[in-house]
Amino acid sequence: GYLHFTKKKKKTFLRTRGSETISKAGTDQSGVALVINRPPSNHTPDTDPDPDPGETTQAVFTLNYPRIQIPFEITLWVLLASFAKIGFHVYHKITVWVPESCLLISIGLIVGGIMHSLHEKPPAVLTSNAFFLYMLPPIVLDSGYFMPTRPFFENFGTVLWFAVVGTLWNSIGIGISLFAICQIEVFGVQDITLQENFLFASIISAVEPVAVLTVFEDISVHEQLYIVVFGECLFNDAVTVVLYNLFNHVAALEVVEAGDVFLDIGRFFVVGLGGTIFGALFGFVTAFTTRFTGKVREIEPLIIFLYSYLAYLIAELFAISSIMAIVICALTMKYYVEENVSQRSCTTIRHVIKMVGSVSETLIFFFLGVVTITTEHEWNWGYILFALLFALLWRGLGILVLTQIINPFRTIPFNFKDQFGLAYGGLRGAVSFALAFTLPDNIGRKDLFITGTIVVIIFTVFIQGITIRPLLKLMNVRKTNRNQETINDEIHKRLMEHTVAGIEDLCGQWSHYYWKDKFMKFNNRILRKILIRDNHPESSIVALYKKLELQNAMEVLDQMSGDISAAPSLISLHEERKNASKSRKKFLSSDVTNMHELLSKNMYKIRHRTVSYTNKHTLPDDITAREILMRRHTSLRRSLRAGSFHGTNAAKMSQKYFSLPMGRSLNSRFPPRRLVHADGDIESEINYSSIRHPQRVSSKAVMPLRPLNTLKEVASSVNTVDGQNEEQRGCRRSHLGSNVSRSGHLTSHLPHGSSRNCSDGDHDAWVEEPQNNSDVQHPLMRRPHWLPQKPHDK
Amino acid sequence: MGSFQSLPDDHQYRTLSLKTGFSLEQIAILHNRFKQLSQNEETLRRDDLKTIQDLESNPIRYQIIEAFFDRRNFQKDGVGSVEEIGFEEFLTVMSYFRAPAHHITEEQREEIRRAKLRFLFNMHDTDNDGTITLEEYRHVVEELLSRSGALGRETAKGIADAAMLEVASISVGPMAPDEFYEGITFEHFLKILKGIEIETRMHIRFLNMDTAVFCKQHSV
Repeated sequence: GYLHFTKKKKKTFLRTRGSETISKAGTDQSGVALVINRPPSNHTPDTDPDPDPGETTQAVFTLNYPRIQIPFEITLWVLLASFAKIGFHVYHKITVWVPESCLLISIGLIVGGIMHSLHEKPPAVLTSNAFFLYMLPPIVLDSGYFMPTRPFFENFGTVLWFAVVGTLWNSIGIGISLFAICQIEVFGVQDITLQENFLFASIISAVEPVAVLTVFEDISVHEQLYIVVFGECLFNDAVTVVLYNLFNHVAALEVVEAGDVFLDIGRFFVVGLGGTIFGALFGFVTAFTTRFTGKVREIEPLIIFLYSYLAYLIAELFAISSIMAIVICALTMKYYVEENVSQRSCTTIRHVIKMVGSVSETLIFFFLGVVTITTEHEWNWGYILFALLFALLWRGLGILVLTQIINPFRTIPFNFKDQFGLAYGGLRGAVSFALAFTLPDNIGRKDLFITGTIVVIIFTVFIQGITIRPLLKLMNVRKTNRNQETINDEIHKRLMEHTVAGIEDLCGQWSHYYWKDKFMKFNNRILRKILIRDNHPESSIVALYKKLELQNAMEVLDQMSGDISAAPSLISLHEERKNASKSRKKFLSSDVTNMHELLSKNMYKIRHRTVSYTNKHTLPDDITAREILMRRHTSLRRSLRAGSFHGTNAAKMSQKYFSLPMGRSLNSRFPPRRLVHADGDIESEINYSSIRHPQRVSSKAVMPLRPLNTLKEVASSVNTVDGQNEEQRGCRRSHLGSNVSRSGHLTSHLPHGSSRNCSDGDHDAWVEEPQNNSDVQHPLMRRPHWLPQKPHDK
Repeated sequence: MGSFQSLPDDHQYRTLSLKTGFSLEQIAILHNRFKQLSQNEETLRRDDLKTIQDLESNPIRYQIIEAFFDRRNFQKDGVGSVEEIGFEEFLTVMSYFRAPAHHITEEQREEIRRAKLRFLFNMHDTDNDGTITLEEYRHVVEELLSRSGALGRETAKGIADAAMLEVASISVGPMAPDEFYEGITFEHFLKILKGIEIETRMHIRFLNMDTAVFCKQHSV
């Protein structure tokens, strides 16, 4: 035989050498997906009619496929799935309209079709063990780790309510109705017992958030809705698995007694609570461990993963809810761990979790597609269609009823549109499929169940997944006003919260803030001290600035190619700033956004609102603020460096920023991109490269940067500015960062607002001024020779 | 006005209930609380309120406390502030935070909104001149940001300025370079806060009237 290795677009054909054993092994092995063994007609090397030149060099060039077979195939599958993912994003519009799970399933279907036509069997890697022990934990860890904690806890009651009670409702409802259907003779499914019906019902009531969340995020749906769906899906995974195991166990029993049922219910709670406690325990242990990893940064991510996985496994050992365990573990440890580990480790952790989680999920969907085509299906019109019908029906009913019950307890009740979103967004997905696929064989109608599950999944994912977006848009589900909030709104919202909290304290009423405050106090006093290495209660905005300055500093040093002499004359810069006439206000949208960030992060938080959600398929985007500040930094740098920005350029630039159009709020989007263009491409380069990597500064500042004081310095400097007003425009500048005059180039029309002592009492007109960002002072930015000989605006 | 005898009777409760809209049980509870706070005296002073522990950590505690002693919150045209208040005033101020009933007409809703916004406005407008000047606004923002010590006053100033700018642009429209914006009047205030759902945000949830369970035992 000879070796022929052809790689077609997404298929690999592999021919082995003529060894029959290998080929036989190939066809028998169900683990071999992509290998198509065409056993050569009983070749042995000696009798080969076509002597290959390679033949004689048998010793030199050998092939040993079976050895690498399993890892090889796994790699190929994963690679295939990744190609699929890459492919989707090539054409962006697709992902907008069609959820990724649809696409994955489609590709799976195609591959399955190909395989089917070649009479191949799909790999039987999806065994129960493989799924539960290897594929599920990453998915769940992913969900748990990136869950936005605060909204989650605020809506905890609702989430639990929907997850637990909702799933129970669904399972039991569907189970009973299906059982009723089974009784009807015409469908011919009378042999399915009640327990088996319940089992099936629990499988198909597991809701998957993936597609829905993407859609929700895209249309900026109301945060409450988002978090409820997210949380519900997370927890109902746990609930479903528990129910599944329960019913599995019960289905195996011949006779079910009432006592058993109660025992099972009790067990249910034990399982759930046990998982939670376990998870919390592990979370704290992890946090504690990371306290000591200061010297061994490389293994920090490893510790996180190991502990999470361990939590999962040990929970499995005790047969308590492993999903709950790992989720709670991730939730609890995240907060402390992120303060302890280095920034690189933090990035690594996030990336790896995301990666493994999404690979796992992708594989499952892919598999779904493949299996759909290649397995033997048992089709029963009545049963399956009714199953589908009931699944949809009961979910809708469930949401309706449950919402009615829980609405009075919510401050922001769900209206009908929200409910529709919730109900319609109940897509089934990976977990259902895996559960069905791994049903034990003693269930008589296993194939029917698998088929049924696949039908439900495909229907919901395709039909509901594709239509939910236009429907929600159509119905104009209540949106967050993320982008239309004015600063006043933000301020007053907080104000109201505080007022309400204050009044509540005053009248001694206990609200749900009570527990949160209690916990925060406990946290600050005790937990943080134990679990965190350097306990500096630091404002997040300060951390952000530190980090950016650090980053900037490093970049500056990079670019200056060693011209360190240009570095700080901090004091002179400071003085120069003092003389800078800037007290002009210009509120660019980026400023405003920054203000929002500031406000939202720094105002005493009672109800902390998340501004950025997480998208299931990408890393969380907590970078908006950084992006803005990065741009400012780089443009500042540019401005100082490129003393060429004089006159004309400035004029050009100033035209790019128009004053606030009538009636629009400050948040109307000025295209910040213009800044990029004006400043050249280097900036965008820098932006992108830096944006990709969310980094965290370890609490010890690496460089003894003065920058931390810049904010304060600014304060003092501005205070000492005495204003000289130019008539041209009396404008006030944003004090947000620093007030560096983007010096010279704008000299000519630099109005000179001063920071007046407000005792003045009179205010300049509020007109926008073109801004050329230079907000945060960067001492290292200073390049003496570039310093404009321009007079600092007089 | 309205210092109660030590055993308030139903009749007085009822008048109060009519006036403020609280139910009788709620009034009873609040009265208990009032007594707790005022150490069984009939009037409440600022110092009594200042001793509440949980209020300590609230950044706008002074404004809140002040609000209770502000005559403008007692009745429409009151001016100035008082040193001590009785239960009736206490209740009146608390009534601003009552949850709106579900079935009310549009006008009633609007009125409630106005009342609540008026309360907020009064909180800002400490010098009682009917407008919120920049200084007053800044003060508020500073308080709100006071938790994070790293932010200088300038940041707060900047934010307050931005906010004022917004108000100006929304309510007054474009202004010539020479104009300046004096301060936020109540009408402007209403306008800019049109977007916020005051009704849902600014109310206390009296979840359960079982005081034994729910009222905190305060060492006041």
